[in-house]
Amino acid sequence: MSSPQMLDVSGLPPGAFGSRSLMWWGTMGIVLIEGTGFALGIVAYFYIKTRVSHWPPDGVAPPDLLWGNVNTLVLLASLVPNELAKRAAVRVNLGQVRLWLLVCLAFGLAFNAIRALEFAHLNVWWDRDSYGSVAWLLLGLHTTHIVTDVLDSAVLAAVMIAGPVEEHRFVDVEENAVYWYFVVLAWLPIYGVIYWAPRLI
Amino acid sequence: MNTHVAAAADAELGTFERTWADPPGWRGWCAAIDHKTIGRRYLMTAFAFFLLGGVLAAVMRVQLARPGHPLLGPDLYNQVFTTHGTTMMFLFAVPVMQGLGIYFVPLMVGARSIAFPRLVAYSYWMFLFGGLFLYVSLLLNAGPDVGWFAYPPLAESLYAPSKRADVWAQLITFTEVASLAVAVSIVTTVFKLRTPGMTLNRIPTFVWAQVVTSFMVMFAMPAVMLASTALILDRLVGTHFFDVEQAGDALLWQHLFWFFGHPEVYIIFIPGSGLVSTIVTTFSRRHLFGYLAVVLSLVSTAFMGFGLWVHHMFATGLPQLGESFFTAASMMIAIPTGIQIFCWIATMWSGRVSVKAPMLWILGFFAIFVAGGLTGVMLAAVPLNTQLHDTFFVVAHFHYVLIGGAVFPLFGAFYFWYPKITGRLLSERVGRWVFGLLFAGFNLTFFPMHVLGLHGMPRRVYTYLPEMGWGPLNLLATGGVLLMGCGVLLFVFDALAARVRVGTEAGDDPWGAGTMEWATSSPPPPGNFPRPLTVGGREPLWDNAPDQPVVVGLRPGMRDVLVTHVLDAEPDHRQKFPDPSVWPLLTAIATTGLFVASIFTPWAVVWGSIPVFITMVGWFWPRSASDGGTRPWPIEGRALPAPGEMPAAGGAI
Repeated sequence: MSSPQMLDVSGLPPGAFGSRSLMWWGTMGIVLIEGTGFALGIVAYFYIKTRVSHWPPDGVAPPDLLWGNVNTLVLLASLVPNELAKRAAVRVNLGQVRLWLLVCLAFGLAFNAIRALEFAHLNVWWDRDSYGSVAWLLLGLHTTHIVTDVLDSAVLAAVMIAGPVEEHRFVDVEENAVYWYFVVLAWLPIYGVIYWAPRLI
Repeated sequence: MNTHVAAAADAELGTFERTWADPPGWRGWCAAIDHKTIGRRYLMTAFAFFLLGGVLAAVMRVQLARPGHPLLGPDLYNQVFTTHGTTMMFLFAVPVMQGLGIYFVPLMVGARSIAFPRLVAYSYWMFLFGGLFLYVSLLLNAGPDVGWFAYPPLAESLYAPSKRADVWAQLITFTEVASLAVAVSIVTTVFKLRTPGMTLNRIPTFVWAQVVTSFMVMFAMPAVMLASTALILDRLVGTHFFDVEQAGDALLWQHLFWFFGHPEVYIIFIPGSGLVSTIVTTFSRRHLFGYLAVVLSLVSTAFMGFGLWVHHMFATGLPQLGESFFTAASMMIAIPTGIQIFCWIATMWSGRVSVKAPMLWILGFFAIFVAGGLTGVMLAAVPLNTQLHDTFFVVAHFHYVLIGGAVFPLFGAFYFWYPKITGRLLSERVGRWVFGLLFAGFNLTFFPMHVLGLHGMPRRVYTYLPEMGWGPLNLLATGGVLLMGCGVLLFVFDALAARVRVGTEAGDDPWGAGTMEWATSSPPPPGNFPRPLTVGGREPLWDNAPDQPVVVGLRPGMRDVLVTHVLDAEPDHRQKFPDPSVWPLLTAIATTGLFVASIFTPWAVVWGSIPVFITMVGWFWPRSASDGGTRPWPIEGRALPAPGEMPAAGGAI
């Protein structure tokens, strides 16, 4: 038997960013799963709408626009520090990573606080009727995402600050930013459904 | 080879195995993350649930053996059939196929580990705890009794005031969390951890089946999680999703449930068909005929599988146009399945078939699955469907499809891969008896149900009157279960005996098969491949050049894994994989607390998430430098590459 050739991989780098990394694929898997969940939630919303003659039902006002609009702007604005954190991670710049993660966290606390006001201004309780149930479901579904996103960003920031910092943590920061993009962009259709479907459709 | 070189190679191998081994002792048992350990646990646990579900089935058959049999009352019978169906779908069929994926996908793509091994360990614990939760509930007389699909309004608190329906809904959450975690890990493993040379069109068919299934899991399971969450909310906090009185709609449940439930059938069958391709190839001694057609059939089955769910709802009075569309779609999905069957026949026709025990099960699969497929085409027709809805004909149909399409290939896989997992062969002679008993017992049990259904016997009745004339065929069906039970017990006995001493040593490749799992020892060492082999064809052990390159240069004494590009599996970078950890187990315990408590009070979601958060922080927190868990950045003076910078590997493929 002839001896095999060698494929020497010792010169390869110990990690990579973006779609080359395992973490990107893991994140995309989660995005696919949760995106499907959001899409089906919206489908359920419009399915229930077909069961009701008036939308919102008589005696219920549509959700107040103010805090929904404010929060949409805050969420969109958070994409700026998020992108800067992502770029800092790709440049493997620990100082900048720490800075922008903290700024992201400040935004995260803000939009979670405003979310509480959004619930208070939905103008319906979940147990009133099916409209109330599905409106709370959509808003609640998205809220679990902004809560967990802020919590995991906080843990990541703590790791990057308190250390010890391992090399793969920079890929984690980058992918955390990718997930943040998903959570913010997924809000836009949900915002449209919760706030505008009762007004326009 | 001179002795110094041999000693050095032995030392390197020893270091490699120590690096990748799960730690010893009970602590190590809790911390295990080796995909083979987790895969074995998945397989054994799922098989244990198969036995439990089988016992429940036997109890039902005894109850139905003659009219007016007083063994079970209606209340207990409802719990038994619901737990049977729930067990077989959520605790056996899906996890056993994913267990095979966890064990064999990394081996078949030549990887040292599954991607995200700790997540896979967590998923196993969630699956186990969910199953225990169901059976503890059953023993406490709180077993779910609303059918495995839990239709409202029957499952709403007005008609099901106890916690039984909540147990069902929360079991769904446990098992779906587990399957979704495995699905993400398998897709990432296949796309990023294939050994160099394994381009997309050289991926083994079983691995393709696992990828396709994983994508189906990711699209289908959110639907049932959303539905079961809405059901729990209706029952616990008074929402009105399915409550017609407050403008909800019970059919919304059916849409969401079957948008998951029909793809679920293919989530179970597609891995089965991947097993058929693998075993047919090996025992026909030739490459699979029509590889591309088979892979594309798997993919198109997955797409079409999402367009059939309404055929479960023909009896609900949907618009005729909708019914026609779903009838057409239901008949169309027979096409890709037919293509696969013709490819398998062509492979056997043009090969040299040797009917060893694994192949026997595949021949049985053909007979049973084709019969089940034919009644499927019958049920796709609306008029017949309306007539046969909720009768035993449907029970016969889906047992032919699921046992034929998944359990028979699965037993084939047990015989095929048992030697790889344990290093010992199962008895060929006993195997023929096991097959004979199961094949005869299966047909004796389920064929009469077609006739019973045509005679009008409804599903889910705990007894019937003697005047109906259903007694003799029911007795026959019960007799069949006895044969199946003997077959399964004989299998268990043989598997245990082979493990202890009787089985012949298998060697690396007892069947002369061509895929990568046979390129390592039986059972494989921790880390699978000390020097990963590259791939020169679809069946590497048949096609590889004599001097096919092996991968060297991964860091010794470290869990180093080669990551490759998605399309052509060109080497890209190396990555250090995580060490074993007890945190996935602790996180699963915390999650279990949250899930179980939240069927009693909604506030459990708030305070129950605190331990989940703490355990997850424990999971992700870096270990201290003295513990060997940390390597400073950048390592060896080399920073991570910028995006787009593609360093080249040395050597050639």
